[in-house]
Amino acid sequence: MKSAVIVFPGSNREGDVLRALKSAGSQAEKVWHAETELPQGTDLVVLPGGFSYGDYLRCGAIAGRATIMDAVRAHAARGGLVLGICNGFQILCESGLLPGILMRNANLKFICHRQFLRVERNDTAFTKAYAKHQAIDVCVAHGEGNYTADEETLKRLEGEGLVAFRYADAQGHITQDANRNGSMNSIAGIYSTKLNVLGMMPHPENLIEDLVGGTDGRGLFESLVSSFPRAA
Amino acid sequence: MKARVTVTLKNGVLDPQGKAIEGALKSLGVEGIDGVRQGKVFDIELGTADKAQAEAQLKAACEKLLANTVIENYRVEIA
Repeated sequence: MKSAVIVFPGSNREGDVLRALKSAGSQAEKVWHAETELPQGTDLVVLPGGFSYGDYLRCGAIAGRATIMDAVRAHAARGGLVLGICNGFQILCESGLLPGILMRNANLKFICHRQFLRVERNDTAFTKAYAKHQAIDVCVAHGEGNYTADEETLKRLEGEGLVAFRYADAQGHITQDANRNGSMNSIAGIYSTKLNVLGMMPHPENLIEDLVGGTDGRGLFESLVSSFPRAA
Repeated sequence: MKARVTVTLKNGVLDPQGKAIEGALKSLGVEGIDGVRQGKVFDIELGTADKAQAEAQLKAACEKLLANTVIENYRVEIA
């Protein structure tokens, strides 16, 4: 499996996500945002976290219109996998690959803490290594993670099962307290209609080693790698 | 030609920044404020002298980048 991690000016989590991908068994390389094409044979595109363009205008707004994004849109349209984490999720929303927008956290604070998520479905390329409704322990670090969409979009996301993760407590219960950024329906991550694009605010790539406190994030990368036959 | 683009949040979209500013004004003792909504202003220089062309260019700028029409409205004024 071959992954391309897009680097924008101000991205800062590309190293961690490269490490997570490689340790799960993927080939992975960085791709600069001004490129016009993805490397030949790219299976997965990752938009990493960070502060692309210093969050100028709106988070992800300028990166969402970068040259490489035309290639990413074409990749997604062909059914190729795309994962956006944190700022990457914001970029996916701004680029039109996912609906809605990430607004300023309801409490106006940058939040940075460990966070349980409930895995809403485990039949996608991103989550097959988890159990349905498993509570996974990852972390969040963002100031604009308050998922907002119009009523119709929200209804469609819920109706078509496109919510990937929700903020939950350690038992997997969806509670008001667990939803610290104020996201509608406690949404922490969503899929595109064809389930090949995933945007999520939390950072699974932070929790891939016992040394740093947990390994619940590994399942996401292992799911992705297991979706592709191993190269001989 | 000069233009001003104003981007504001749509009605009903929660504006925590506006709320915080409203709270700060109250705490400063500024009276009579019933609500604050925060927006953005862009002062733009255009090369053209043709008003219709300027309008089309500004509309493209707003739709493509300056406003996220999921949550924002925009208004264009040409000087």
